[in-house]
Amino acid sequence: MEEINALMQGFGVALSPFNLMLMFVGVVLGIVIGVLPGLGGANGVAILLPLTFSMAQQPGGTTSAIILLSCIYWGALFGGAITSILFNIPGEPWSVATTFDGHPMAQQGRAGNALTAAFTSSFVGALIAVIMITFLSPVVAGFALRFGPPEFFSVYLLTFCAFVGMAGGNAAKTIASMMIGFALAAVGLDSVTGTLRLTFGTTVLLKGFDFLIAVIGLFGIGEILETLEEGLAFKGAQARMNAKVVVETWKELPRYWATSLRSAAVGCFMGIVPGGATPASFMSYGLARRFSKDGKDFGSGKIEGVVAPETAAHAAGTSALLPMITLGVPGSPTAAVLLGGLLIWGLQPGPLLFVEKPEFVWGLIASMYLGNIVGLIVVLTCVPLLAAILRIPFSIIAPVIIVICAIGAYTVHNSMFDVYLMVVFGVIGYAFKKLRYPLAPLVLALVLGDRAEENFRNAIKGSQGDLLVFFSNTLVGSLTGFALVLLFWPLINAGWRAVARKR
Amino acid sequence: MGEERSAASVRAVEIGVALVVFLFGAVVMFDSFRVGARWGEDGPQPGYFPFYVGLLICVASVTIFVLALRDSSLADKSFVSRESLKKILTVLVPTAVYVALIKYLGFYVASTLYIAYFMWQLGNYPWLKIVPVAVGVSVVFFLVFETWFQVPLPKGPLEAALGLN
Repeated sequence: MEEINALMQGFGVALSPFNLMLMFVGVVLGIVIGVLPGLGGANGVAILLPLTFSMAQQPGGTTSAIILLSCIYWGALFGGAITSILFNIPGEPWSVATTFDGHPMAQQGRAGNALTAAFTSSFVGALIAVIMITFLSPVVAGFALRFGPPEFFSVYLLTFCAFVGMAGGNAAKTIASMMIGFALAAVGLDSVTGTLRLTFGTTVLLKGFDFLIAVIGLFGIGEILETLEEGLAFKGAQARMNAKVVVETWKELPRYWATSLRSAAVGCFMGIVPGGATPASFMSYGLARRFSKDGKDFGSGKIEGVVAPETAAHAAGTSALLPMITLGVPGSPTAAVLLGGLLIWGLQPGPLLFVEKPEFVWGLIASMYLGNIVGLIVVLTCVPLLAAILRIPFSIIAPVIIVICAIGAYTVHNSMFDVYLMVVFGVIGYAFKKLRYPLAPLVLALVLGDRAEENFRNAIKGSQGDLLVFFSNTLVGSLTGFALVLLFWPLINAGWRAVARKR
Repeated sequence: MGEERSAASVRAVEIGVALVVFLFGAVVMFDSFRVGARWGEDGPQPGYFPFYVGLLICVASVTIFVLALRDSSLADKSFVSRESLKKILTVLVPTAVYVALIKYLGFYVASTLYIAYFMWQLGNYPWLKIVPVAVGVSVVFFLVFETWFQVPLPKGPLEAALGLN
């Protein structure tokens, strides 16, 4: 039981008073961020990342910094449920399925029950995912220690192919968005040869595009513009939360243990695949409707219809961190921002992290347990306060959020150019969102671009330009093969169906 | 309320964006070719990877372009109504002016003006409410960033006059 020992040491790190305080601050900030329009997990973490630069330089500071940022992530996940249920506005794409039954419940005056069910199932989903991370991540990391450049590149390939094949929608748009990310990542000084690429003689582009600026612009400014169009008024249901409602809901929840377990399993599995949280929440909502005995009443305010998507979304959101810490491949945009944070603090995410910085990794995993407990307590007690934040008129909250975004963009490199870029990214984000170009692949490609290219170059350098290096042994061959299967999954699936129909 | 007039159809915007994306991909390919996109003496040249990235961008944008041309249903769908476009521009233009002003007025003064403008234009608040909120928010930001986090933001003539630099 090596993991248990390591985890206990992790708890030792995470339970220091300073880290506990950061956890609390992170969760509260995260919930507020998750509730506010224009601020979500990804750009909330991006804006606060520069503030951790000095913290990360102190001894043990990187662990504190990741605890703060990951707790913002948990908080944002919890906060998304509040807007979905009370205001019928999904804060994140994976809370869409929560609105189906959550909002009708709120309209019937059972908002308290819906919120309690959502928070509790989020907590259960996250807990199951963290337990999985605890036991699975050392195994995956140990396995990945044998990886060389070809293997790493094929893991990246797998990640990006999964986006194209599994995300649905227009594959050409997914590819375009992803490749724009790669192209932006290539701008600036090429680290291998020292050549200037895509700078066109300008000095401002020397440093290249920072993914933090892109995230703040695309998700922050873009979302404000979108909200503006949809209408300024938030019309929300009132939530009455008290101990009686909570206990009453808790008594009812064990009845849905099968739904919870099924949704958590779907979430854990889908979360490891990038972009998996949204399909996971829809899939488990669909499964719950199919297996539940009052499945035909789903959509009219069934507690089970809140339990299923919330459990799955949280399980997926949490397990998205598994590939991030073990392989250096983030499973979601927020995980990508966290990964970018590790790189900025001078840590190399990937299998070596478990060997070189065990206190960091296990401190983070321990903080996942504690952060979610803190999160559950905070959300259950503070809902009326949080709902009040949403009643601040949009014409006040919107400029304040844009000012916060501008400050966040400026502080990344203390550069005004970045603030201008942020506005440009905001307009791109608005247009892309409305035309259904997915934004997550762009962000992931921008974060991973340099590492993917470096591994690609090293791999084909070793093979003297022979692309068959990506099939040179069973490990890399099966990774690449699996990537290709995922890439062409819609075609394979369609072909399979055509064959099946003929029979 | 009548039917909202459309400022642009989805198809028009879809085609326009595809063209811009294509142009971007072409620029990436062109510049990668300039720095060398083939196999050098000791490995791939610096433009090798981005060249194919640019190529994929071009291929994807052509696909999007063709799909949009063939889907006639997109021509009737509205991308944005005139009312919404006006609303978005009343926010986007001041935002552009705001970030441009930061350089001259400093973060805090520009932010105060920006919040005030927003509340006046979109919220129709009386000045009696606008001034305290706008100034208050900036003062809070000043305290949080300059004193608490010790992150200096650009300052302008007002801060200099008050000796806050």
